[in-house]
Parts: sequence; C-alpha cells; structure tokens
Amino acid sequence: MTEQSPALRLEGITKTFPGVKALDDVSFAVMPGEVHALMGENGAGKSTLMKVLGGIYQPNAGRIVVGEEQAVMTNPLEAKSKGIVFIHQELSLAEELSVAENIYLGELPRKRFGMVDWTTLYARTDAILDKLKVGFNARTRVGALSIANQQMVEIARALTVDAKAVIFDEPTASLTDAEKVVLFDVIADLRSQGVGIIYISHRMEEIFKITDRISVLRDGQYRGTLETAQTNEDEVTQLMIGRKLDLSRNASHHELGDVALEVRGLSCGTLYQDVSFEVRRGEVVGFYGLVGAGRTEIAETLFGLRDPSAGTILMDGEEVRISSPVDAIARGISLVPEDRKGQGLVLGMNCRDNMTLPQVDDLKAGPFVADGAEIAIFDQYRDKLDIRTPGWKQMVRNLSGGNQQKIVIGKWLSMHPSVLIVDEPTRGIDVGSKSEIHNLIRDLAAQGYAVIVISSEMPEVLHVSDRIVAMYQGRVMRSFTSDEVTEDSLIQAISGITPDKVA
Amino acid sequence: MATMTKKDIGGFLARQGILVAFALFIIGFTIANPKFLTPDNILSVVRSSAILGVMALGVTFVVISGNLDLSVGSMMSFSTIVVLDLHDTLGPTMAIPAMFAMTLALGALIGFLVGYLKLNSLIVTLGMLSAIHGLTLTYSGGKNMDIDDKSGTWLSVFGQGQIAGIPVPILIFLALAALLGIVLAKTPFGRKVYAVGGNGVAATFSGIRRARTVFLCYLMSAACVATAGLIQASRSMGSQNTVGQGMELEVLAAVILGGASLLGGSGTIFKTVIGVLILGFIQNGLLLMGLQFYAQFVVTWVIIILAVWLDIAAKRGRLWSPIA
Repeated sequence: MTEQSPALRLEGITKTFPGVKALDDVSFAVMPGEVHALMGENGAGKSTLMKVLGGIYQPNAGRIVVGEEQAVMTNPLEAKSKGIVFIHQELSLAEELSVAENIYLGELPRKRFGMVDWTTLYARTDAILDKLKVGFNARTRVGALSIANQQMVEIARALTVDAKAVIFDEPTASLTDAEKVVLFDVIADLRSQGVGIIYISHRMEEIFKITDRISVLRDGQYRGTLETAQTNEDEVTQLMIGRKLDLSRNASHHELGDVALEVRGLSCGTLYQDVSFEVRRGEVVGFYGLVGAGRTEIAETLFGLRDPSAGTILMDGEEVRISSPVDAIARGISLVPEDRKGQGLVLGMNCRDNMTLPQVDDLKAGPFVADGAEIAIFDQYRDKLDIRTPGWKQMVRNLSGGNQQKIVIGKWLSMHPSVLIVDEPTRGIDVGSKSEIHNLIRDLAAQGYAVIVISSEMPEVLHVSDRIVAMYQGRVMRSFTSDEVTEDSLIQAISGITPDKVA
Repeated sequence: MATMTKKDIGGFLARQGILVAFALFIIGFTIANPKFLTPDNILSVVRSSAILGVMALGVTFVVISGNLDLSVGSMMSFSTIVVLDLHDTLGPTMAIPAMFAMTLALGALIGFLVGYLKLNSLIVTLGMLSAIHGLTLTYSGGKNMDIDDKSGTWLSVFGQGQIAGIPVPILIFLALAALLGIVLAKTPFGRKVYAVGGNGVAATFSGIRRARTVFLCYLMSAACVATAGLIQASRSMGSQNTVGQGMELEVLAAVILGGASLLGGSGTIFKTVIGVLILGFIQNGLLLMGLQFYAQFVVTWVIIILAVWLDIAAKRGRLWSPIA
C-alpha cells in the first residue's frame, strides 16, 4: 500500500468566511480501498470541508487531487464527474419517481426523438441493484421504500459513475441495527473494489468497527491521523477536544436558589421518554447529546410548541400547563432557539423591532407602539450585551452571527424571564463572540436566572454548566455535577454506553 | 467618471427599475399627448383610481402578512350588488351597515381558513373568487341591480359628492390611506403584520398569535372592499354582477408595483398609494394615446410580470440568476 497513490488527497485546504477561518491548512489523504473516518466536534469544519470537496465552496488556498490529477470543482456535478460521490445524511430523492429514474436522473438513456429508453434504463439499474443485494427493483417507486432502502438508492446512484472516493455523511443516523449491517456490507464491498471511502460519524462504536484510519479536525485545523487498530476512544476523544479544555472549566460556584423549573417523567411520543430534571435559580443546566437525542424537542415542549404525551411541568413548585408560546412567555419561560435565522429573528426587520417583538403589545402609548420606550429597551440591552450595531435602525440581516444572537438573547432578557432556555447558543458564531456569549450565560446565572443550555459542543457544555444532563436517543442517560464530569464519561453517556454505576 | 459595467447597470435597474420605467412612461405620454399632465387629467386619474386604491390598501396588509387575496374583485361586486339591493328595502342607513357586516363575514371566513386552518391563501382566495361570484349571481338572480329613486337618496354622496371641489372618492381614499398607514406603521398590530410576513416561525417563537394576525388582515381587506363597493354603488346607483371582475389582479399589480414583496414582510401603505397612481397613470396614458380599452388587460399583465421580476431581481441584486 506504500507505493500506491491516494484515491483522494487534500493539500493545505483553507477556507475563510468573513470573520471566521472555517478551514485552516487541512491536509490528509485517503488511499484506494481504505475506509477513512473523519471526526471532529460540531463546528470543527467537517461540513465546510465536505462542501469544498463537493464543489459547493471554493477553497481560498490549497488543492484537491483525485488519483493523479488536480481537481478543480465549481459545482456538485463537476465533483461527481471527477469521481467524488456523496451519500448525504439528508436524502435528495424524487419520491414520486421510480428507483431507476432517480438513479439516472439527468442522464437517462435515450432512444430516437429523445424518448427514454426504458429497457436499457431498467436493465442497467437492476444490474447495479444486484450488486447491492437489495430487496427492491428498478421499477419501485422511491417513496414506497424505507429510509434505509432510499439510502441504498443514493449509494446505487454513486455506483453509476466510476467513483474514486465515496463520502458517507452520518449514514447510520436513521438506520436500525439490521439495516446498518447491510450498509456496512456495502461499504466493505466498495472497499474491496478499491474505492477510497470517507466516513463521517460521531459514533465511536461504528468508527472502530469499520474504519482503517481516523483523521481528526478541530477548530478548522487538521489535528492528525490515527491508525484505527492502534488507537482507542480516549485518544481520539482527546484529539477532538484538545487540551485547553480543563482550563476553561466552569469554576464559579455561587449559591443556588429555589427550584424554578421541575420536569417529572416528561415524554413526547417517540421523541423522548420519561425525562426528569430540575433547574434552580442561579444554576446553568447543560443538556448534551447527539443531534436527534431529543434535547431540542424538550425545549420546544417547555416553550409550548409541542404537547407532551405524559409527565408534568412544575414552576416554583406549582404544576403548569403550557400549550403555546404565549402561555410559556406568560409563565416566564423564554427560548433562544436553535435556528437563529429561521426561528429567532425576523431578518428583514430592524434591531429594535426584533428585540421588542414579544412585548410589543405592552409597550403602548395610547393606541401606538411607544417609540421612546422601545428605544430605551434597545439601548439598555445593547449596552448590557455589548451589541455592536450602527444603531437600532440597522436590519438584523446585516449583523454578524454573534450580534444577531445577542439580539435574540436581549429580546428575552428584556422580558425578565424566570427560566431562560438557550438552544445551541453559539452555533455558527466566531470564536471571539463565543466566549462573550459563554460569559454572558454565566453572568445571567449569577444574577439569579435559571438557565438551560442545550449544546452539541462539549467544551461549551463543560464551560458553562453547573450540572450536565447527558441524553441518548430520547432518554436521560446520566446527570453529572461539574465536579464529577469527565470528557470520557460524558462521551460514553451520550453514545449510549451505560456506566457501571448510574448516578 | 467610472464606466458602469453591465453588472452595475443590471443591479441599478433591478433596484430602481420601476421608477425608471415610470419616468420614461410619463415623459413619453406627455410628448405624445400634452393633455396628459394637466390638472384636470390628473384629478380624473386619481378619481378613477380611488376604488382600486381603497381595495389595494387592504390587500397591502394581506400581502405584507405573507399571503394573497385574489377574492377582492368578486367580493367588491358582491358588496356593490348587496348595498344596491338593500337600499330599496332597508334604506341607506340600514343597508350600508348590513352590507359591511356581510362582506366582513366573507373576510372572516377567508381569514379563518388561511389563518387558523393554515390553508394556502392562493387556493383559498382563488376559490373564493369563484364562490363569491356565484353567491352574487344567486343573490341577484343574475339580474343587474338598480336603485329605484336615483335622485332622492344620500347614498350618492360617496361616489358623486364633492367637498371643496375634491371628489369624495378621492377624499375617502386619502383618509383611509392615512388611517391605515398609521395603523400599519405605528400600532402593535402593524408591527405584528410585518413580523408574521417577514418570518412567521420567528413570530410564533416570539409569542405572536400568527393565526389571529392573519385573520385580522383579511378582515381589514374585507372592510376596504366593502368601502370600495359602497363608492362603486354610489357612483353608478346601479350595477352589473361583474363590476369588480378582474380587479383582483389590478389591485395586486398596484401593491407589488409599490414595492411590497410577494414573499411578505415588506411594503408600506405609502408605497401602495404610489403603486396605485403609477398603474392609473400608465393606463390613462395608454388610453390617451389611443390604445383600445381592452388592450389594458394585456398591459396590466405585462406590468405585473415586470413588477414581480424586478421584485425578485432586487433580492438577488441582478436581473437574472441560474438558481432561484
């Protein structure tokens, strides 16, 4: 294998966005017939790297080499024609079309007068499907297939070109165990045909089962490649998290107040089950887990956006029913949502109007919105949160991610909530603003707010939380105090590995 | 002076296209027919735009809230026929409130379907366009409606009256524009309309009752339609069943010409008034140039397409883009 040239080689890939270096001189190579894991926390740069490979982003520096040739790709079709194929986490299939039509979409075989040559189409498709040993045929409607089988259609689509490198992005996220076995067989098959495979996943178990080497990204930088057979979960985790972590642990221990919010046995269908926890005034409780573990859904239930199927919610010891955001706000629950642009802000509105939106009915002078009161609120929270904007008339669209997030936080602080839920507080925010927002969350707790922070980034959860609730597939696996938590135990808990003693 | 690249020109046209086009039209019309820019003609254009204008004010709320209202034309026919019919049985004092109540009920139905049931507003109001037309025909038995005693009623004041030499329809239009302009720009309700249309999800996440806001926008639109129907009835004192037919498109054209985005979240009452005037002047100018009246329907369509295209182009910052 030493003399072989790599199937895919990245050399010094750098990609910057205004204010952020998303990728900083990333280099690694995938050999033919190798399954190469790419790991890193959310925000480490994996998605950006994939978009560069897929021709969606152009790197500012560096080059991509496929086989022997340098590949310059300006769109996804070019990437495919160079032999780089993606199997996405989110499927992109036309459900009403047949399997064959989906696989050859855009390049259907033709007869005279541009008519589709169905015989050839179905024959070619069935030949590919035979190789994959799947239980459906070329004529099946894609919408009738399970998610796992739809994924097989995506893989079949990949096999129609002479693939040099196939990239799997969290392929097992929605698969059952039995379906995973089939997928892994297909991957093994591809490997034996000499295809280079990049396998992106957070699930250690899978990584150690099927990959040959593991490359790790952190903060947009390449942190090294390990031989899977000669490493262990601890070493990989350490590489992913970095060393600075212990220094940034939350050290402040002020007095905690009464229980502001208590949740008992809360369930919501299949999204999460039997969740219980409490949050005291002055406390930050962090919820950590993989995407899909049910954390956001709990927040949405507390904010009245989802009805729980069982369980009770108590505020200050009194049972409450929250059936809409209006109820939640009236009870003093605020939510800084996960999707800032989609859920948190009206981008085409100015800073002030966004900030005062929930209380616009209360800020009245006669029948009109009281301009002066609004500006006073905006000024107060602009100063308090250090929001950098030329003025309140500025469209929120034009602010940086960090300042946008502060507008959303200011919006809720100005309502003086008793419980503040912050979902992914720093997603897509540059490093400098990140620590500002972390400090802000700590300050809020010190001022007596009960705060829930949901995050997929471990350093963040460790940094801001007094207690951490680890979730896995809709269940609370374990709850840690900031003294007892370790990165290892946390990773184990969110990966579904039960510790010897359950706290 | 720096030369403008092709892209700069495209971007400029994308941003200012409507105004540039309008200016060219005005210059062209004035050269073609000196009567175009006389006070008499201007007053006549504004007066004949007033009914359309009043309807456009209400539709502005609906469009800013991120929805459409294609039912306003047939709803206006309905209001006109109803008020004319009831006039002879109940007298104007009772007929007018009764007509308003019936029109508002239609608006409430649409508001319920679009706001609370979250049905697509295009489908709902397109269906209502046809349903209300049927309702009007059923109500009138397919006959035209006339007032018996045309000279002995004060109903005529809304369409034919003048105060200080200014026709009452113009005064109603301007007064309503001022009132609704303030409602939209200055009240909590107006703010919520922008929020719901700008990002309905974020509005919900901010504790705004989205369904109620949309519902109220349709009520507002129905109230404007009822007012327009009143002016129409009062002006002619008799009417066909189809008096408002096709006006939904002209109204929408005026609102979009003014710069309200079909995607919701932007637009103002002032801009809509400008849009109404642009449409009125272009149609009048074409008439003065001798264009057949019926050709105006084609022209209106061209103007709508132009306005929608420029609206999208302004968002992209260029006139054409390979991806949406």
